[in-house]
Amino acid sequence: MSAPAAEAQARATADAVARASYGKLIAFLAAHTRDVAAAEDALSDAFAAALENWPRTGCPDHPEAWLLTVARRRAIDAGRRQQRGQKVTRELELLAGLENEEAPQVPDLRLELMFACAHPAIERSVRAPLMLQVVLGINAATIASAFLVAPATMGQRLVRAKNRIREAGVPFERPLREDLADRLDAVLDAIYAAYAEGWADPGGTDAARRDLAEEAVYLGGVLRELLPREPEVLGLLALMLYAEARRKARRSACGDYVPLDAQDPSRWDLRMIDTAESLLRRAAAFGSPGRFQLEAALQSAHVHRRRSGAANWASVVALYDALLALGGSPVVAVNRAVAIAEWQGAEAALAALGALEGDSRLIQYQPYWAARAELSARAGRQDDARRAYELAIGLERDAAVRRFLQWRQAALRP
Amino acid sequence: MQYLLMIYGNETVWDTLSPAEQEQGVAAYNAYTEALRNAGVLAGSNRLAHSAAATTVRETDGKSQVLDGPYADAKEQLGGYYLIEVADQDAAIAWAARCPGASHGIVEVRPVWSESS
Repeated sequence: MSAPAAEAQARATADAVARASYGKLIAFLAAHTRDVAAAEDALSDAFAAALENWPRTGCPDHPEAWLLTVARRRAIDAGRRQQRGQKVTRELELLAGLENEEAPQVPDLRLELMFACAHPAIERSVRAPLMLQVVLGINAATIASAFLVAPATMGQRLVRAKNRIREAGVPFERPLREDLADRLDAVLDAIYAAYAEGWADPGGTDAARRDLAEEAVYLGGVLRELLPREPEVLGLLALMLYAEARRKARRSACGDYVPLDAQDPSRWDLRMIDTAESLLRRAAAFGSPGRFQLEAALQSAHVHRRRSGAANWASVVALYDALLALGGSPVVAVNRAVAIAEWQGAEAALAALGALEGDSRLIQYQPYWAARAELSARAGRQDDARRAYELAIGLERDAAVRRFLQWRQAALRP
Repeated sequence: MQYLLMIYGNETVWDTLSPAEQEQGVAAYNAYTEALRNAGVLAGSNRLAHSAAATTVRETDGKSQVLDGPYADAKEQLGGYYLIEVADQDAAIAWAARCPGASHGIVEVRPVWSESS
């Protein structure tokens, strides 16, 4: 094999292992020491060593185990420099065990790692970024852009969170039965937060950047593999797949924003929708509804309405009521009002929105103003609509949506 | 904390827009200004005249030197600013991301100097 070809093959193999096993390797390296940062350093050294060695020696039969062995050695060397002797013997034993096996299997502790990232001791807002970095290996700068945070600030927050895992004794373990529901909610919330950032990211068309929404779906898939009998895990994956299936249909050929009701269902990814439907059915069979199953059921209702032309708005509103009863946010309340407009008319919907007035969280919540603008326009309240459109336009990040709202505003009667 | 959002853009692009597009552009900025005011964070803002109208003044060897044109000879020129009062850098960046300038150019977010920084 020519040198460039050998290098290309080494890089391709390393990329494939990074894609499939980054989190597994970090989880295993950090499980005993709880030192995630040291595990990251060791693994990054191991990847560098792989790119240096593999073009000469050929790619190993078990690249995962090769990387783990090198990373282990680096971690132990670094650890030895810091604290002589401690734990080293145990680590060497583990390492020897791995090297002796015919077809070494790296134990999968990714679930334990995810629970550590979403531990109550870790600040809520950093859980999703932390998970993206340590389970998927996404770099801090990419995560920072997606979450609209300065890269240096995001870097500091991630370092602080990793210190906390080490110092606050955050365990790498599956929670006990009685804690599982709460702890799992935190993991699901973090994955969904990553998805929501990716979904809202107008830069998602940038091919050079790994798409955050896709990464969140991938994490959801990993979680489903690890916890196949948790209905909310199935519900979250279904929810993300329903949304993902409509991703491309949100833009016209010339880049204009297309709202759900104007989307061409033939541009939806039907295979993804079928997968979502079957996940949701499987989740429902457990008879234990939750937030993500309800949200997925709403997505399912939208898909059916657009495909069949028949709508059941009363049941959509009932789903929103159930979500609100679970401690829903103003976000849910805004969407519920939009559904009420279809069921009982714009005035009833505006009355429902009116109940939210005074909630300070809504002043900067763009969808609230966009909904209020649409409903006011439908109710014939031109001035209210104009004002609400103005604020919705001013709060919008996405240039295509901004233009769309400007057209809607211009279409109001003078 | 006060932050200055400085909007940099390519001035020649603006001149190539149709009157309707320019009107839509100005309207987007007006809406943004209104959203800042409604949220109670707007401390000041201005659109600047074309950079060709700029003059630089500096003292060299005890003599004032006056030159035509902007200080930096870059493709992107400062075209306007917003001064906002928000809790922290995250909030300032969130507002910068909503600025129409982030779609057609670059928005630089700078904290105003304070004793504690």
